[in-house]
Amino acid sequence: MADLAVQQARKGGAAGGLSRFLHNTFIRNLSAKIAAAPMMATVLVVFIGCTIWTIWYSLTDSRLLPNGEFVGFEQYQRLFSTSRWNVSVVNLLIYGAFSLVFTLGIGFLLAVLMDQKIRFESAFRTIMLYPFALSFIVTGLVWQWIMNPSLGLQGTIRNMGWESFTFDWLTNPRMVLFALLIAGLWQGVGFVMILMLAGLRGIDDEIWKAARVDGIPTWRTYMSIVLPMMRGVFVTAVVLVGSGIVRLYDLVVALTDGGPGISSEVPAKYVYNYMFGAGNIAQGLAASTMMLLTVMIIIIPWAYLEFGGRGRRT
Amino acid sequence: MSQTATISSAGPDEKPKSDSRVEPRGPRPKPFFTPRKIVIYSILIFACLYFLFPLYVMLTTSLKTMPEIRWGNIFAPPIEPTGEAWVKAWTSACTGLTCQGLNPGFWNSVKITVPSTIVSIFIAAVNGYALVNWRFKGSEIFFTILIFGSFIPYQVMLYPLVMITRELGIFGSLWAVILVHSIFGMPILTLLFRNYFAALPVELFKAARVDGAGFWRIFFEIMLPMSLPIFVVAIILQVTGIWNDFLFGVVFAGTQNYPMTVQLNNIVNSAQGSPEYNVNMAATILTGLVPLIIYFVSGRLFVRGIAAGAVKG
Amino acid sequence: MKKFAVVAAMATAFLGSTAINAAELEVTHWWTSAGEAAAVAEFARVFEEQTGHTWVDSALSGSGTGANPVIISRIIGGDPMGATQMNTGRDAEELIQAGLMRDLTDIAEELNIHDFYVDESLLEPCTYEGRIYCFPINIHSWDWLWLSTAAYEQIGQPVPTDWNEYVESWPALEEAGILPFGLASGWPIAGIPGALQSGIGGSDLVLAINRDKDAEAVRSPEFRAYAEAWDAIRQVVSPDTMVPAFADVGNQLLTGEAAGNIHGDWLQGDLQVAGGVPGEDYECIPALGLNDQLSGGGDAFYFPVLPEGTDPEVIEAQTELAKVLVSPEAQLAFNLKKGSMPIRTDIDLSQANACMQKALGLLGNGLLPSGDFALSSDTQQQLQDLNIEFLDDDSITIDDYIERYASIIESAD
Repeated sequence: MADLAVQQARKGGAAGGLSRFLHNTFIRNLSAKIAAAPMMATVLVVFIGCTIWTIWYSLTDSRLLPNGEFVGFEQYQRLFSTSRWNVSVVNLLIYGAFSLVFTLGIGFLLAVLMDQKIRFESAFRTIMLYPFALSFIVTGLVWQWIMNPSLGLQGTIRNMGWESFTFDWLTNPRMVLFALLIAGLWQGVGFVMILMLAGLRGIDDEIWKAARVDGIPTWRTYMSIVLPMMRGVFVTAVVLVGSGIVRLYDLVVALTDGGPGISSEVPAKYVYNYMFGAGNIAQGLAASTMMLLTVMIIIIPWAYLEFGGRGRRT
Repeated sequence: MSQTATISSAGPDEKPKSDSRVEPRGPRPKPFFTPRKIVIYSILIFACLYFLFPLYVMLTTSLKTMPEIRWGNIFAPPIEPTGEAWVKAWTSACTGLTCQGLNPGFWNSVKITVPSTIVSIFIAAVNGYALVNWRFKGSEIFFTILIFGSFIPYQVMLYPLVMITRELGIFGSLWAVILVHSIFGMPILTLLFRNYFAALPVELFKAARVDGAGFWRIFFEIMLPMSLPIFVVAIILQVTGIWNDFLFGVVFAGTQNYPMTVQLNNIVNSAQGSPEYNVNMAATILTGLVPLIIYFVSGRLFVRGIAAGAVKG
Repeated sequence: MKKFAVVAAMATAFLGSTAINAAELEVTHWWTSAGEAAAVAEFARVFEEQTGHTWVDSALSGSGTGANPVIISRIIGGDPMGATQMNTGRDAEELIQAGLMRDLTDIAEELNIHDFYVDESLLEPCTYEGRIYCFPINIHSWDWLWLSTAAYEQIGQPVPTDWNEYVESWPALEEAGILPFGLASGWPIAGIPGALQSGIGGSDLVLAINRDKDAEAVRSPEFRAYAEAWDAIRQVVSPDTMVPAFADVGNQLLTGEAAGNIHGDWLQGDLQVAGGVPGEDYECIPALGLNDQLSGGGDAFYFPVLPEGTDPEVIEAQTELAKVLVSPEAQLAFNLKKGSMPIRTDIDLSQANACMQKALGLLGNGLLPSGDFALSSDTQQQLQDLNIEFLDDDSITIDDYIERYASIIESAD
């Protein structure tokens, strides 16, 4: 903001309002505008364009190719009366809430631990991060094996003597989402951890020393000083985890394929199945529009709070 | 036993110091096993067990032969470890008619990943920088829309992007896939950089402006050096995502540029026939090695306090 | 396995002469498992030997859902492949209507295609406004009951010869701790209802639902009989007993862990690989032993319209491939390896194994259109969702099921 003031001071009582307006819009910060031009072009053309495209074609009866006739809200009527979709939405809300809380919580905890000047940091870091690198088709299969009642943990531990050990979350409709969570956390926590670690690394050592000199207990330092300073990183992490949750597809297909029954179905899978497998683009787009609408409902108030108010820097 | 006592009981060969006794210097050395360290390491090791468990299953499976896998326990170590599956995965597993394993696609994956990573990260870093330090009218709105874009499922964007790249005349070439990856990476990466730059001290930037430095100069000489950790994070994110990407590579890059994931997918995802689990596991680990190596190597850049140093200095 | 090298088309341009016209034709398909790849290799071999062109293999696993987005994107994007596999059926309808697929009618007429095709109905989905746009190249049927001889030896009963006897043996099997019905999770579930409808409900029911989309047929007593059979299966399977892949069910049948299964004819390939011999280790009963017709679908090859300026040699290669695919030699080689039924009536199939011989016998009675052949993918997906829900949720009654099924068929296109 000081930047603005400096520039305006330079302009002083310059010529008319029009020339100032033109200058402000086009010349000032020209480099910045040129640099940001790719982003602007992308935003306008791709994201807004795609969204409009999505909404438009969800109002048609497009099948394999997007060129159907306008049918109004028929696709949505069908969508809301489809039990598989309704179950998908509920599943995603439940999974999403837990995933967000646990990924951020565990990620932060691990980052804090890693930041404690420990040895073997590279080793620990690579171990926690490697699941992120592996394709989920096969790692999902491995988790499927591990959680399979007869082949996996339950079967093995029972064979070792503990007859009453049960771990059949994978085949239990009420617990299958938690089975997903186990595999999902395994894959995603590592990255959130290094993200938070990068944030922690950006905090000056001086601050720690000052806090210690002031006699503030460590946990309090974290809560009242460090966390607020890491606000940016947390927002990034929330968006990262959040977008991963909304896009959740590979994990479900690899681990449960929506089962048992439809108890682990998720919206992105519905979209994918109907858009490509079933050759019903319009239905898939209607489902996507619902997902996007939900996201918009969350983002717009956040943006308002973040930018609309005082326009502060952080 | 105090330090002085130790020194004074030194043998006759010990040279007498100029001071009659040497005082210990520095902070008192702590014993290794403090409760704090025990807690920290325990939690970390426990977490590592959770992370390593599936890898153990994957490795042991990849070293077994198929009959052993079919009839044996998944947790049991291989009776007679054999590297056959690994060799097969790399050189001779069948992916359709060609039976050359994973290696044909390796260089294609490199050809796709390296430029896409560089371009997408560069654009996002510049965007983040522009958004934070050079705010202009409407930039925040655009940023919000960009965030919104990160939530759009990629299947939805597929056909529009096909049509866009077709109109641009680049469909079926490396340019198309670089463009698509850059578009997709932009929301999260811009957010990453923007939030990181926003947390950096303002004084540096202002000082540079006062000195008369322009947009690009500040970017290259001040912002970049201070943001090594976040660059590492961005590189990890992009390399992993692009290296493991299947859909965009196979649709946009053109037949000659099929990435390794196409071969991987064909090996592990065959609908019919008995899956050769050992080869699948080996193939997956092989594919994941490249991002893994990047993780390990990039650790050196993941250091503390570069920003802090810059402020003081 | 031969490597198929990419031959530069430049050679053709340089040479200029028409002597060696080696064009490369990119062919996409999803036959990536070992057995399937061996089968498609036969097509490639015959093609290359007979025409001198090069088959550039573009395998994309994942069958429809995995490969379709890629195939369609390539075609829309203007970089189409030379030939592509797609399921016979309605998938490519719109592509044909949009003029993106090459008209094969001339080739068909040249070959007198109507003379040798096993069943005319196969060509229907390929036909649009009287012109033909694809060639089906094999026939697969889901209507098979596979039984484990080991399991029945264990309970001391003879192996059943049809569905009803099979169901009667369930109590004895359960007592002996044998799974009456082995089931793999995921897509293998999708084909079972169709097989049951065809076997228990009968040919008329199948035609009424699949071909005529008659919702009233769904409310008929024949359909109810089928629904009760489906419910009976529901009672004896549970998530605990399901295995990850259908090949695992094959193993279960061979060891006697499970007594029976309904699955498509391709299960044979896996049973053979695992060392099973029909008649000794397992029995195969087409049409569940109750009907005299099989319902079937299969795969077809389409030839996208290539962009302007494409080398005429490549277009020529398309034509030649189309002819090769339905030629007797290729059909024989391919189908023997694949375990599916050829679309020609005039081939010598004495080498086919026992199960396929049975199928060929039934094929002579005409082919019923199966669900995946006659219904749109959208309807199929909805029915699949319904069936998966039904199988897993005991609270859905047979009446509920019938009503929901009827409303889906009613709105089917």
